[in-house]
Amino acid sequence: MNDSQAEISKKSNAERLQIRKERLALLRRNKAFTIGIAVLIFWTLCAIFGKYLTPFKADEQNFEFVSIPPNGTYWFGTDANGQDVFSRVIIGSRLILVMSFAATILGTLAGTSLGLITGYFKGWFDIIVMRLLEAISSIPAIIIALLAVAAIDGQSPTITVLIIAFVFTPNIARTVRAAVLAEAEFEYVAAAKLRTERTPHILFKEILPNVMPPIIVEFTVRLGYAIFAIATLSFLGAGVEYGSPNWGTQISENWAQIFNNQWWPTAFPAIAIATLAVSVNLISDGLLEVFEI
Amino acid sequence: MSTPTLELRNLEVAYSVRGIDREVLRNISLSIEPGEAYGLVGESGCGKSTAAYAAMRYLPRNGKITGGSILFEGRDMVTMSDSEVSTLRNSVISMVYQNPVAALNPTIRVGDQVAEVFELAGKSKSEAKQLTLEALIRVKIADPEKVMRRYAHQLSGGMAQRVVIAMALASNPRLLVMDEPTTGLDATVEAEVLDLVRELRRETGTAVLFISHNLGVIRHMCDRVGVLYAGALVEQGTTADILSNPQHPYTVGLLRCIPRGGLHKNTDRLETIPGSPPPLGLHFDGCVFASRCTLADDRCRTEKPEMITVGPSHITRCFHHELAPSMARNIEGASQGLSIRTKHTNPTGELLQIDHLSKIFNQDGNKVQVVNDVALHVAAGETLGLVGESGSGKTTIAKMILGLTAAESSSTMVLSGKKLARTLNKRDVSDVGALQIVFQNPDQALNRRHSVTRIVSRAVERLSGLSHSESDNRAHELLSGMRVDASLHNARPAQLSGGLKQRVAISRAFAGSPNLVVCDEPTSALDVSVQATILNLLVDLQKQDDTSYLFISHDLGVVRYISDRIAVLYLGRVMELGAAETVFNGPHHPYTEALVSSVPAIDGSQRKRIRLEGDVPSPANPPTGCVLNPRCPRMAGSGVEGLCTTVEPELKEVEPGHFMRCHIPLDQLRVTQQK
Repeated sequence: MNDSQAEISKKSNAERLQIRKERLALLRRNKAFTIGIAVLIFWTLCAIFGKYLTPFKADEQNFEFVSIPPNGTYWFGTDANGQDVFSRVIIGSRLILVMSFAATILGTLAGTSLGLITGYFKGWFDIIVMRLLEAISSIPAIIIALLAVAAIDGQSPTITVLIIAFVFTPNIARTVRAAVLAEAEFEYVAAAKLRTERTPHILFKEILPNVMPPIIVEFTVRLGYAIFAIATLSFLGAGVEYGSPNWGTQISENWAQIFNNQWWPTAFPAIAIATLAVSVNLISDGLLEVFEI
Repeated sequence: MSTPTLELRNLEVAYSVRGIDREVLRNISLSIEPGEAYGLVGESGCGKSTAAYAAMRYLPRNGKITGGSILFEGRDMVTMSDSEVSTLRNSVISMVYQNPVAALNPTIRVGDQVAEVFELAGKSKSEAKQLTLEALIRVKIADPEKVMRRYAHQLSGGMAQRVVIAMALASNPRLLVMDEPTTGLDATVEAEVLDLVRELRRETGTAVLFISHNLGVIRHMCDRVGVLYAGALVEQGTTADILSNPQHPYTVGLLRCIPRGGLHKNTDRLETIPGSPPPLGLHFDGCVFASRCTLADDRCRTEKPEMITVGPSHITRCFHHELAPSMARNIEGASQGLSIRTKHTNPTGELLQIDHLSKIFNQDGNKVQVVNDVALHVAAGETLGLVGESGSGKTTIAKMILGLTAAESSSTMVLSGKKLARTLNKRDVSDVGALQIVFQNPDQALNRRHSVTRIVSRAVERLSGLSHSESDNRAHELLSGMRVDASLHNARPAQLSGGLKQRVAISRAFAGSPNLVVCDEPTSALDVSVQATILNLLVDLQKQDDTSYLFISHDLGVVRYISDRIAVLYLGRVMELGAAETVFNGPHHPYTEALVSSVPAIDGSQRKRIRLEGDVPSPANPPTGCVLNPRCPRMAGSGVEGLCTTVEPELKEVEPGHFMRCHIPLDQLRVTQQK
């Protein structure tokens, strides 16, 4: 008996490694996921080491070369202020990445906590909270964000992050709540109660680890939206300091030049936004497949 | 010889899991003649359902046929075009699934769904409606016109399964595939559905492929049977032959480890099959069963046995088939030195006494009394079995005792002379630890993100107040005592087999040295070969420490084996209570009688068949008088019908230690039941 169980153990450890290997192989074979990860890593590296990668400083102006098309020196050309578009695109990745990650993490934390509590306790608390969250999510996120940013502090990235996190909370809470509703019916929760566990332990140590897959997927989906939201807000001139190197602001400063056939100061930041948002979506698609949700 | 309706020839099927093909069916050959019922038995994961789906060439997306052929009336379905196959499925092959409610579309009225089948066959709307009515009458649905207007969720399980059968028969199929058609149903309903299928088969002469894990059901339904193990057909023959004269070690073991009438924990240990079924798609060089077989030798491990003819139409895939019937009994020794109990709180006498236990649920503003004034007591070291169909309140009673569900305030529960609070958070640690539970489904009862050690040690830590490292040590002791090898203590539940998972769950339940453990269907999610080892373990633990059990099960064989006394529940009331043998041997309460007689016997002995008409009434609207009276098989002609329909009987002691809730006198029941 013991021999055979030792064998099972060996086998089951091998099996666990095998499953992990097969999952990784599945992810690696998933081209969309690989491309998504590659692009995200690229922008993250730009955000961290951008300073050392760019040929020019982001705010360096050279009035001898204003609005010149892409060439050997200025790879993405220069804008009307004589600034190098390539350098600004690389440097501009930092603010949007930091802000969108911060907003999504905050929103996920808040939404997860609310989802855990409402899904576990149900009852009147659940009803009230969920109705409130529905009310919030019935207003388009961008409008809430724009109004709030304008009302509180038009130029503060911190406020923008908090507001986007707030706007995302309902969606995440709903996803988590649905998963918790199913999870709380499982008997391991009753078993935890039968060893006098307190509620926070049951919520965070017992249930939370089991609802991580949908949370991770929802996180990546929200991250994609956050990138768009921040780009949009900065395009509209809200949420970031005017003139700072970031993609949305770059587009808003230069889009009028399109009519003078100067497409490059607008096109490159726009492409950057698109690649970042698409890469995040590719990652969430890949994860969905692997978690088999 | 006529062409068989269905013939599988060297069929091989593989599932692609995480990008790799895993063999599920290995070289299966079988044939079903017109009008014949062929049963496929086997434990979970052995490929029964895959075989059923393959017979319709209807595999899941990741499944594919890797070899062999599926011949329907001589035509190979493997090489047919998709449209030809779907024509076959629309007209001459039908399937009945395990979960009838899921098989019906929830948004379409039942009548329209059945009619759709006729309309597909080219009938006009009004013709289809008429035919639907006839089809529902044929499957014996009471008030068919009313049922036609209902939606699937408004039907009971038995009713829904009748509708599904009516749909399956609508096209007059020549082959009917039934995949565990009665597994989710209550015993009395199951018996009725099986009777219906038998009757319809006699009428229509349809060939049936019948999949079940329940040998009794197979015995009852099938002419011939094939035994599947790990995707290979290991034995095949006439049903009577296979079940009374098995020639394969697996079949022999399977039959031996089922708790039969007459066996009791006090006198007999159950036989087991060592080990557990192999995982999906494992590759075998030799016999698929060799690793668990007591007869296996080197040849078995290296060479694949061919089918050997051992009798008229009886074949087996075993080199040593002549030894199989007399193979050594496999009885594992009692687990020794478990030392579960660290304190002896209550050596003898009454342990738990409950009175006036009631529960009223609030369902959409309606008060539904699911448990009605139940009084029970459990002595130290005793097993009280709770039996009854779904909705009888078994689980609710258990949850109230554990404090997971608050009992009504009129209820009293006394544990070792101390009154128990009604909810868990008002009980002190010793009371919580004293009452524990082993759940039905270990997959859900063990947190899949925690290690085995952590699951058990956390329970020790919380319930016995030991330090973290002491708890870990104690957890290792407990687990090893339950024969969970030390090498598995850091594994996650998903890596363990069903039987090992249940051992971990039992270790957890015993972590706080409980006085009473509720066993809520602890073996019904397990395979029969594993069930026996778990029952043996529970019996050992009880003998060691005088632990009491409240044992809930719908499997009467298991309850009879393990219980000292049995309470039979119906609509939240105790209908009969007495020593296990008294309850089973009779004279029974009419409800118990029906319950006992609805279990299909494996040995083929024809018991007198008592059937309950219709479905269990809703507890929201219980019948007046005796709650059983609309379905009671003994009321008619008893002479007390007037009483039965107006006055609810009390639970009376009809003979010493034997209680019954029935107006019919015991002597009269004894006479009528012996007829």
